[in-house]
Amino acid sequence: MLAASVPAATAQPPSTGTQGTFGLGRAATTAEIEALDIDVRPDGWGLPPGRGNAADGARVWERTCRVCHGPEGKGGTTAPVVGRAPNGRPPTVGNFWPYATTLYDYINRAMPRNAPGTLTSDQVYGVVAWILVRNEIIPDDAEMNAETLPQVVMPARARFVPDDRRGGREVR
Amino acid sequence: MSRRTNSRIAQSKRGRLTRRDLLARAAGVVGAAATAPVAGQQSIDTTRRPGRGPNGLDQRSPFVTPRRDPSSTSSRTPLQDLRGTITPADLHFERHHGGVPEIDPGRYELLVHGMVDRPTVFNLADLQRFPATSRTCFLECSGNLRRGGPETPPQMVCGLTSQTEWTGVMLSALFAEVGADPDATWFLAEGQDAAVMTRSIPTEKAFDDAMVVYAQNGDALMPGNGYPARLLLPGWEGNASVKWLRRIELADQPFMTREETSKYTDPLGDGTVRQFSFVMDARSIITDPAYPRVIEPGWHEIRGLAWSGRGRITNVEVSVDGGDSWEQAALQGPVLPKAHVRFRHPWNWTGGPAEIMSRATDETGYVQPTWETLRAARGPNTRYHQNPITSWTITGGGRVLFGSERLQA
Repeated sequence: MLAASVPAATAQPPSTGTQGTFGLGRAATTAEIEALDIDVRPDGWGLPPGRGNAADGARVWERTCRVCHGPEGKGGTTAPVVGRAPNGRPPTVGNFWPYATTLYDYINRAMPRNAPGTLTSDQVYGVVAWILVRNEIIPDDAEMNAETLPQVVMPARARFVPDDRRGGREVR
Repeated sequence: MSRRTNSRIAQSKRGRLTRRDLLARAAGVVGAAATAPVAGQQSIDTTRRPGRGPNGLDQRSPFVTPRRDPSSTSSRTPLQDLRGTITPADLHFERHHGGVPEIDPGRYELLVHGMVDRPTVFNLADLQRFPATSRTCFLECSGNLRRGGPETPPQMVCGLTSQTEWTGVMLSALFAEVGADPDATWFLAEGQDAAVMTRSIPTEKAFDDAMVVYAQNGDALMPGNGYPARLLLPGWEGNASVKWLRRIELADQPFMTREETSKYTDPLGDGTVRQFSFVMDARSIITDPAYPRVIEPGWHEIRGLAWSGRGRITNVEVSVDGGDSWEQAALQGPVLPKAHVRFRHPWNWTGGPAEIMSRATDETGYVQPTWETLRAARGPNTRYHQNPITSWTITGGGRVLFGSERLQA
């Protein structure tokens, strides 16, 4: 008979180690944490040094991004990144992304699709700036860096609401 | 005739061939042209020579060829071909955002850091030394509905769900090991695929039933399901159970990753976008009879699967008249929480058009809704968490077709 429930608390080790631990694993080094800790949060935590504007980004776009995303950020083989249709159809960065910092986080870790994680921080800031300019969210010459990017307010931010359903019979 | 043939002729004429024996031999053992097939002939044929010996790794019979249905980003479990509740590991559905990485288990490491006393790196052997737990539960992609036409099998309707007996370590044990800060309310889970998949998870789930698992039906994880280790969040949308887990970072706010903002969110009819809709709601589907079967009048057992991310399924109702009346189906025990349960219901099809459907209820009182109810609640723009009642229509000739009319826009 398969276990019908899962223990909520962990088993205690037979003899107490430091603070009741098992003494497994090894201490992480600062270097390896820095190498892996690439995420960027909405408050800007995690944004690296570097900078770029739309003109910088245009060069990267031409060489690396347009092949899938199209020369103007739409009409390519993949979903559009540019567009301000107010009803969110199709959803794009301009009408559906609530945080600009997510742009940095995602492009840095996962783009371009055939060689993810190969852009420099300056290049990522540039591409982010290019996308935000094309979506008419920042001025043409605005520089994106660790200080300015978290301050960009995306048009879609106010739409996002954490799930507030209470469960039970309701269908919402 | 063989001496093993248990016939009165052989017994009465033991040791001496009869004219009847000679005629039977002349007609041949297999496929005699002038006579009807001998009942039980295959039962005899395979006794004529020894079969293969034991081997190191069995394969399915050549007559058995189940297949996932792969696309560029996913592959779907053939629900209509399976009869139990455990999905064979090589048929578990896949959904990838950057393909399947090939990971050397000897070099695999999981970093746990952030709001912790002791940032720690665990290797696979470390994870496997912790007290282990096994749990049978489903995984489901929250985008698991395709509103196909009449010629759509269950695999294509909702094949992005599978069930496994997972084995691993409770995430709470890892959090205790590193000294998780009690003020940490979220953690980032990150995978080492080319998408470097990330999701923010409330620490509540870590202290509830979250696991880091390294075994699938007792064996190592399949590469497509996260080898060598992945996060498992029972009952939650599959994307959040990050595969190829390489890092966990504890924090006091969500990270707002791409998958939890521009994807896996629900744009509702009132203009808001629902975020962090983690739990998979109760659902059921009849897997047999279903397209592409053709059935004859008479008794058939209607069979299917029901499940809920909130806990146990309490009952499944089946209708054979398009929803006018419902009867209770039998549930195959044990009924586990956050797990597929098999339901079965006898049905005597007397011929003529019919429509069969199922409806699940879970322990919170939630009842699987119709498509109309779901659409009315969510508006027309949502793509995830669509768990409507589905049906199969049976034509007068016995063709079973997907009830696509029930899911019109």
